Amino acid sequence: MAVTTAERPAPITTKRKKNAFSDGQGTLAAMLLSPTLLVLFLVAGIPIVMSVTESFFRVNGGVDPNTGLVNSGTSFVGLANFTDIFAHPATVAGVYGSMDRLINAFLNTTLFTVLCVVLETILGVSMALIMTKAFRGRGLVRASILVPWAIPTIVSAMMWKLIFNTSGVANKVLGFSANPILWLADNKYSQMAIIAADVWKTAPFIGLLTLAGLQTIPSEVYEAAKVDGANAWQTFVRITLPMVKPALVVAVLFRTLDTLRMFDLPYGMIGPNKYSVETLSMFAYQEMMQTRYGTAAAYSIVLFFYIVLVAFLFVRLLGADVVGDEELKAINAQRKRLHALHNKQQKASAKRRTTITSGSAAS
Amino acid sequence: MARKNKLARLTLSVLSATAILATAACGSSGTAGSTASASSDEWSKTGPINYVQGKDTSGYVQGILDKWNALHADQKVTLVELSDSADEQRAAMIKNAESKGASNYDVLSVDVVWTAEFAANGYLAQLPTTLDTSGYLKAAVDAATYFNKLYAFPATSDGALLYYRKDLLDAAGLKVPTTWADMKTACAKIKTTNPTIDCYGGQFQKYEGLTCNFAEMVNSAGGAFLAADGTPTVNTDKAVAGVQWAVDAFKDGTIPKAALTWKEEESRTAFQNGNLVFLRNWPYVYTLAQKTDGSSKVVDKFGVAPIPGLNGPGVSTLGGHNMGVSKYSQNKGTALAFLKWYNSAENQKANLLANSSAPTWTALYTDADLTSKFAYLPVLKASIDGAQSRPKAVKYGDVTLAIQDAAYNALNGTTAPKAAMDDLQTKLTALVK
Amino acid sequence: MTQVPIPVVARLTPEELGALQKPRHEAKWWVGSVASVVGMAFIVIYCLLPFYWMLVSSFRLPTMGLSNDYWPSPASIENYTGVFGTQNNFLRAILNSVVVSVTTTLLTLVFGIIGAYALARLRFAAKGVILGIIIGASMFPGVTLLVPLFKLFTGSYSWLPINWLNQYQAAIIPSLSFGLPLAVWLLTAFFRQLPVELEQAAMVDGCTPGEAFRLIILPLAAPGVFTTAILTFIAVWNEFMISLTFLQSKDMKTATVSLSQFTGTLGYNVPYGSIMAAGVITTIPLLILVLFFQRRIVAGLTAGGVK
Repeated sequence: MAVTTAERPAPITTKRKKNAFSDGQGTLAAMLLSPTLLVLFLVAGIPIVMSVTESFFRVNGGVDPNTGLVNSGTSFVGLANFTDIFAHPATVAGVYGSMDRLINAFLNTTLFTVLCVVLETILGVSMALIMTKAFRGRGLVRASILVPWAIPTIVSAMMWKLIFNTSGVANKVLGFSANPILWLADNKYSQMAIIAADVWKTAPFIGLLTLAGLQTIPSEVYEAAKVDGANAWQTFVRITLPMVKPALVVAVLFRTLDTLRMFDLPYGMIGPNKYSVETLSMFAYQEMMQTRYGTAAAYSIVLFFYIVLVAFLFVRLLGADVVGDEELKAINAQRKRLHALHNKQQKASAKRRTTITSGSAAS
Repeated sequence: MARKNKLARLTLSVLSATAILATAACGSSGTAGSTASASSDEWSKTGPINYVQGKDTSGYVQGILDKWNALHADQKVTLVELSDSADEQRAAMIKNAESKGASNYDVLSVDVVWTAEFAANGYLAQLPTTLDTSGYLKAAVDAATYFNKLYAFPATSDGALLYYRKDLLDAAGLKVPTTWADMKTACAKIKTTNPTIDCYGGQFQKYEGLTCNFAEMVNSAGGAFLAADGTPTVNTDKAVAGVQWAVDAFKDGTIPKAALTWKEEESRTAFQNGNLVFLRNWPYVYTLAQKTDGSSKVVDKFGVAPIPGLNGPGVSTLGGHNMGVSKYSQNKGTALAFLKWYNSAENQKANLLANSSAPTWTALYTDADLTSKFAYLPVLKASIDGAQSRPKAVKYGDVTLAIQDAAYNALNGTTAPKAAMDDLQTKLTALVK
Repeated sequence: MTQVPIPVVARLTPEELGALQKPRHEAKWWVGSVASVVGMAFIVIYCLLPFYWMLVSSFRLPTMGLSNDYWPSPASIENYTGVFGTQNNFLRAILNSVVVSVTTTLLTLVFGIIGAYALARLRFAAKGVILGIIIGASMFPGVTLLVPLFKLFTGSYSWLPINWLNQYQAAIIPSLSFGLPLAVWLLTAFFRQLPVELEQAAMVDGCTPGEAFRLIILPLAAPGVFTTAILTFIAVWNEFMISLTFLQSKDMKTATVSLSQFTGTLGYNVPYGSIMAAGVITTIPLLILVLFFQRRIVAGLTAGGVK
C-alpha cells in the first residue's frame, strides 16, 4: 500500500477559539442581545449618565430684587450637593432626634429594610414549612398566598390607609377605640404601620420561593435524620436551612433591594414630607418636586450606591449566586488555580536567586 | 486578552460619548432663559386652547365650556383635568413649563399660594395692565399679584368658617363665642350635659391645611408671619401666644388628640357625627352637613360664624384659585378672552349655584336670592375681607414645609412653642430673602 | 374435587395483636396535623383578611366610607356604579393599563427570550459582565431616571426632537427597563436547566439551532416563560411613577394613576368607598390571571428559583 503523506484532517469549519470564554459566537450573541441592551441603554444608561452629570450642578435660584424674577440656569458646584449634608445640614426632627434630613432618610430606609426583610423572611419561611406539611386544602392555601402579591402596591397602600385610620378597624380590633393610636400621624406608629403593610404584602412571596426550595429536598434526607435521632429543631437548622439557603438568599437579596427603594407605600399611606417615614427615594422625589434637580439627582445616587453596597455584601458574604453560570464559574475557578500556581512558581524561582536552570524549564 | 481590551475600549468610548452628549444637552437646556418675548401682539393670537384645573368633581365645568364653544367655534376650549391633589396639580403645571409647553396648557387654575412661585419662575405670562379688576374682591386680586404686577385673574376665593352646634349652645343659653376663652367656657358648660363631646376641631395633619390652621392661630392672636416689608416676624410674643393656646388646647383635651391626623374630611365627619361642638373648616361643609340622606346627624342643628381669636374675632386664611395664562401658550388672545368671560358676574353666579364655591365678584355676596339659598355667604364675605394670605414666597414649598414642621412639633409636644417659633424664624429668614 | 373453603383462623402473635389494637396514629401525629391545619388557617386568614376589608368597604354606602361594621349594612353597589361614572373615565383607564401591560409583556418576552438564549447557550466573552450589567440596570431607583427621561421624551434635547407626552410609548419603553432585567435573569435560569443534549439531538436529526430552540426548548420552558410573563404583567400593571409622569391626560391615564386621583363630589372628599371599589376592580384581572395560572406559576418559581 503506497503510503502518501499523512492525510491532513478535514479543515475545521468553526472559527478558531480565541479564549476559553469565546466560541466565536460573539456576533450571533451580539445580535440576540442587542434589543435588550439597546433598550436598557436608552432608558437606563442615558438617564443615569445625565443624572450623574446633573448631580454636580445646582439651580441658581436667587431672586432678582428688581424684577422679582428668579435667576435662571444652573451652575457647576462640584461635590457640594453631597458634602452640604455635613457642611449645611437641613435639620429636621424625626423619630431619632434632630439631624440632617438626608441622614434621617437614610436611617429610615435602613430601619425599614432591616425590620421588613427580617420579619418577612421569618414569616415566609414559617409559611413554607407549614405548607410542606399540609395535605388537604393545599390549593386554597396556594391560591390565597398569591392574593397579597397580586394587589397593586398603590391599592394596597390605600387599603392599609383605611385600615389604620384613627377611627378605623385596626384601632377597633386592637381595642384602642377609646384612646386611639394615631397610626397615620408622623410618629413611630406610622413606622410600624408601614412595616406591617409591607410585610403583609411580601411575606407570601418569600414563602413561595422558600417552598420551591423546600420541595427539592428529597425526603430520604429527612428520614435519615430521623433515624439518626434528630429532633425537629435540629432537622430544621442542620438540614432544611442549609439546603434551602441558595434560593432563600437570592429571594432575600431581591426583597432587600426592593425595600431599599421603597416609595409607593409610604407615599400612598402616610404622605410626603413626614420625617418619620421618609425614605431616600421619597426625599429625592420631594427635591425633584421643588425643581432642585441637582440635589435630587445627588440623593438618588447616594441611594444607588447604598443599593450596590448591599448587593455586593450579599454576594460576597452570603454567597448569593445571582449570575450562576456553571461554565463561567468553572472557567473562572480554573483560571484562579492556574494563576495561584503561577504565582507560587514565581515566588519559588525568585527565592532561588538565579535563573540558570539545568535543562528543564523552570516554570 | 486583546478581545477584552477591545471590549473595554468600546465601552469606554460609548460612555464618554454619552457623557459628552449629556453635558452638551444639560448645558443647552440650562441657558434657556425666561426673558419674556415682549411683543404686545402675543395677546392677539386666537385659536383653540386647553383649560387646566384639578378634578371637576361636580361635572359643571364642561357645561360652561360647551357654552363658550358654541359661541366661538374656531376657538374651542378643551378641559384638561389634573389630579385633585394640589401637589400633583402644581407638579404637572411645572412640568409643562419646564418642557416649554410640551403639555400644551394654556389657561391654568392656579392656587393662591403658587402665584409668587409661578410668576417669579416665568411660568405665567404677566396679564395686560389694561385689565379691569375693580369689581372683584381686593383680597383675591392681591393674591394674584406679584411684584405689583397681575399674573392671574381672580376666580374663586375661600375663607375659614366656624361651624357651631346651635342646638347645644341654645340649650345652655350661650351666645356664639368670639374669643378662644369664651369658646372654652362654652364647651365646659356644654360638657356638663354632654360629657363625651369634644370641644373644637380643625385640620392638624401635617399638610397644607396645617399651614392654614396654624396661620389662623398666629394671626388671630395679633401676630403675623411676615411684616409689611416682607421680613419674617414669626417669633413675636403675640405669635407665640397664639401657638401656646393651641398647644394648651391639645394638652387639656379641648382639641382631641386624634385631630393631629385630621384633614378636612375627617374633621367634617367628626362634626357631622355629633362629636364636636365647634369646627373650623371651609364653606363646602355647609351643604354636605345639611344633606338629609342620613349621612349627617347635625342637619338644621348648626350655624356658621367668623372664627374666634385671642382677644376678639379671628383672622382666617385666604384660600382660592385664580386663572393664569401659561407663558408658552400659543393662543394667548383666546386665553385672555376666555378667562375674562369665565369669571364674569353671570358665570360666577351660575358656578356658585352649582358648586357652592366662593365667588370673587364682590356684588354676588349681597345678591338677594344667593344669600337666601346659601346662608353662609355674608359670614364668608366677612371672613374673606378680614383674611390674611399665607406668606408670599417664591420658594413656597420650602416655606410651608418649615411652617408645618414648627407647627407639628409644637402641637404634638415635641418642641416648646417659643423654641419652635424661634427655629421657624431662622428658617424663614433664610428662605424669604 | 370441589374446593372446600378452609376456614382461615387468624393466627396472630400477641405483638401483632397489640399493634393492631393501637390507635392508627400516635398522639404526636395528631398534634402535628392539628398544628398544620391551624397554621394553614393562619396563612389563609393572614393573606385574605385585609382584602376582605377592602371588599366589604367597597360594598358600603358611599357616605359610610369610614364605617367599622364587619359586614356592610346596608350593602350597596353604588360605589361600583360611581367608579364607572363619566367623571372618572375608569373604563378607559383600565383599557390603557391593559394596552401598556400587554405590549410591555410581549416585548419583554420577545427580547428576553432571545437575550436569554444568547446568555444560556452561546459562548462569548464578557458574558458575565453583560449579565451583570443587565441585572445592575434594574437596581436603579425610579427617581433617578424620572427627570432625565421626562426631558428625553419631551424633546428638551435637540438631538432627539420628539414629544411623546401622553402617548403609549412613553410609558411602555421605561417599563421595559425594569421588566427586561428580571425576565432575562429568570429565563436564563430556565434555559440553563434544560440539558443541551436535547438541542444537540434535534440538530443531529436535522434541525437548525433556531428550529431546535423554537420546537424543543421553548415548549419545555413554557412554565418559565409563563412565570416571566405573569411577573412582568403584574409589575407593569402595578407601575405608578412612570405612568403618572408620562400619561397625564384624562384619556391616557392608567388604572393605578386614575385610582390615586379619585375624588368625591367636592375637592376635599376622600371617597374611601369608591377608592376601595376601584381597587377591587384594578386587582380582579391580576387575581384572575394568578389564580388561573397558579399551578404554572408555582411550578415556574419552583423550577427557576432553585439552581
